[in-house]
Amino acid sequence: MKKIELLSGDEALARGAYEAGLKFAASYPGTPATEILEYLAKFDEIDAQWSVNEKVAYEVALGASIAGVRSIYSSKHVGINVAGDPLMTSAYTGVGGGFVAVTADDPQLQSSQNEQDNRLIAKFSKLPMLEPSSPAEAYKMAKEAFDLSEKFDTPVIIRLTTRVAHTKENVETGDRTEIENKPFTPNAQKYVMVPGHAYKKHIALEAKLAELQKSAQQSELNTMQINDKSLGIIADGAAYLYAKEVFPDASFLKLGFVYPFPDETIKKFAKEVKELYVIEEQEPFIEEHVRQLGIDVKAKDISYRIGELSPALVKEIVEGKIKTEKPSTARKPVLCPGCSHRSVFYALKKLKAVVAGDIGCYTLGALKPLEALHTTVCMGASVTIMESLSKNLGHDKVVGVIGDSTFVHSGITGLVNAAYNQAKGLLIILDNSNTAMTGSQPNPATGVNAKGKPTKKLILKEICKAAGADIVETMDAFDKNLQNKIKELMSKDALCVLIARFPCRMIDRSRQSPPVFNKDKCIVCGACLQVDCPAIYKNADGKITLDAFLCVGCNVCVSACKVDALHRAQ
Amino acid sequence: MSDKVINILFCGTGGQGILTAAEIVSLAAVYDGYHTKKSEVHGMAQRGGSVESHVRYGKIVYSPLIEEGGADFLVSFHKGEHDRMKYYLSKDGVDLFADFEDAEKKVQNKKFINTYMLGALSKYLDINRESWLKALEAGFKGKFVEENRKVFLEAAAKG
Ligand SMILES: Cc1ncc(C[n+]2csc(CCOP(=O)(O)OP(=O)(O)O)c2C)c(N)n1
Repeated sequence: MKKIELLSGDEALARGAYEAGLKFAASYPGTPATEILEYLAKFDEIDAQWSVNEKVAYEVALGASIAGVRSIYSSKHVGINVAGDPLMTSAYTGVGGGFVAVTADDPQLQSSQNEQDNRLIAKFSKLPMLEPSSPAEAYKMAKEAFDLSEKFDTPVIIRLTTRVAHTKENVETGDRTEIENKPFTPNAQKYVMVPGHAYKKHIALEAKLAELQKSAQQSELNTMQINDKSLGIIADGAAYLYAKEVFPDASFLKLGFVYPFPDETIKKFAKEVKELYVIEEQEPFIEEHVRQLGIDVKAKDISYRIGELSPALVKEIVEGKIKTEKPSTARKPVLCPGCSHRSVFYALKKLKAVVAGDIGCYTLGALKPLEALHTTVCMGASVTIMESLSKNLGHDKVVGVIGDSTFVHSGITGLVNAAYNQAKGLLIILDNSNTAMTGSQPNPATGVNAKGKPTKKLILKEICKAAGADIVETMDAFDKNLQNKIKELMSKDALCVLIARFPCRMIDRSRQSPPVFNKDKCIVCGACLQVDCPAIYKNADGKITLDAFLCVGCNVCVSACKVDALHRAQ
Repeated sequence: MSDKVINILFCGTGGQGILTAAEIVSLAAVYDGYHTKKSEVHGMAQRGGSVESHVRYGKIVYSPLIEEGGADFLVSFHKGEHDRMKYYLSKDGVDLFADFEDAEKKVQNKKFINTYMLGALSKYLDINRESWLKALEAGFKGKFVEENRKVFLEAAAKG
């Protein structure tokens, strides 16, 4: 039955995949891709999983395809780096059932550690890529991607950006079509990538790309709109919409099947128009290719490669301007009131520890006034960077800090490495039993799966011991002795793990009474403000205010107060 | 249906129900047959950071983003964020901040402030009452249907 729904790009893509007979889905959470798997997990017809990381997700999803079912992988852009190894070689093996890999990129770093443009992954891996500019297109392209995948025996990448993934639009949805599984027959030439087989597969891959290019040239996903011929614009993704908004009367070549490039279509369009522009976000991916075809084209200044575009910026690009960076005026994010990460960072700050950090809500511990986290590179890099900082700066000065989801994602291997290479020092696992940063997904240490069902629970303590940690202790993150415990473990001549445990406030909404605040005793020294809690702040009148509506009674501010103005409620 | 695209900018901070409010206007516009786009930034917003949501509807909407100086309506839930985002409002755009100050005084349960703001906004928009009520129910996932309806209608009736 046809129905009009208001869907985000993520949801629409997932809906299209569901209707295309999808049976398997694997992902690891990451903004702005998370909602794809969340949407798919609701269907009984789909076996959907949060995998422990993106490499695992990609392999499990590829395996499902090899087994013969339609399968999907999804992650944020940097997840593709983690999945890079299987992804590159899957271009050689090809697929069984249709296989689609979704990358959701994040220009402007709304919630990411870098701004990489994964259109380049298509060229690098030799995989075809589709790129919707809106949810309605994402829905349509998801279906088309599965057909392409089976027709050409290749994984197909769909690339979204935050503005497509998180924009909602009217989408006309329909019913699911069941697709028969492809039979699995052992075929070493196809699925065993040893040098001899892979060499032949590479030859076949180049030929396949030529066929795919023909398909791109005929595809309805690449549309030519000839209007005013004095201005012609080649554009893709959200950039197309901005350009269309600013220059509604211009001629357009809108690319939806972006790789392999539809060369003939591009050449034809270039001949039709007088002045030709490429309008694209981030890297000069299309621009460089158009130039390679020997076509004279205008495009953006390098300054516009940074951040996302907007209608106003597209106007500037065509005016030949250089981007001026405006400082952000947005409010800084903070840890929630009562977040258990706060007590750990407050202790680390007081101990003046050098902290190798990781990615999650706790990365906020790097910001003022806590400033108690000193490195963040990628997921898992706390344990490994801690190993090297410890060896070079002294293991009594350095602490590694990592969340439970991140530890399972890629911290375990680092811990094995530290033990194997005889590193010493302290790793703190901030165990809130949640993947909080990305909106509360379960992980193996939670003991709940993507469908919300109980499953085997990973015991962090056991795995740390098995990895080779000498001392593994567990403590309530709000324990009064936390700081002393950290100090004690830092001074040990051993590889230690402290699991600081407290449920995430997003999940456990229970609260204790706020502390008692004796205003008369308060000298406004600001010590309590150093814990950086939204529930305690300096008012316009210069006095300290404790907001009982926000406070959940964690009492970290009580431990900060030096003049006894704050007390635990009895 | 005129060709004019209506631009509504919502702003405030995490946890104020801004995203739900934007969702409800968008749903109401969809129920009324408009092409609708709603864009927002998730991620850090949950941690008390700035939240903004752009809603655009009309016959055809291209860009999901409202341009600076292009908002027909500014619906803000926070003084600081209101002042910060005011430059988005068009020359003859409507600023609903007074309605927010009203809501803070009148609405006893803070949970319903966003519903009040929707009622205030509804007076200016060419969207059917039935579509609004249906969107309210869908947007709040069938919770507090009567309360929401009451707060909405009260704000919508205010002269
Ligand atoms: C390779 C990669 N995948 C996914 C993400 C998105 N991401 C950022 S932090 C995070 C996990 C946070 O969970 P956890 O470590 O438990 O910390 P919490 O937020 O709960 O404090 C994820 C999935 C990322 N930045 N990089």
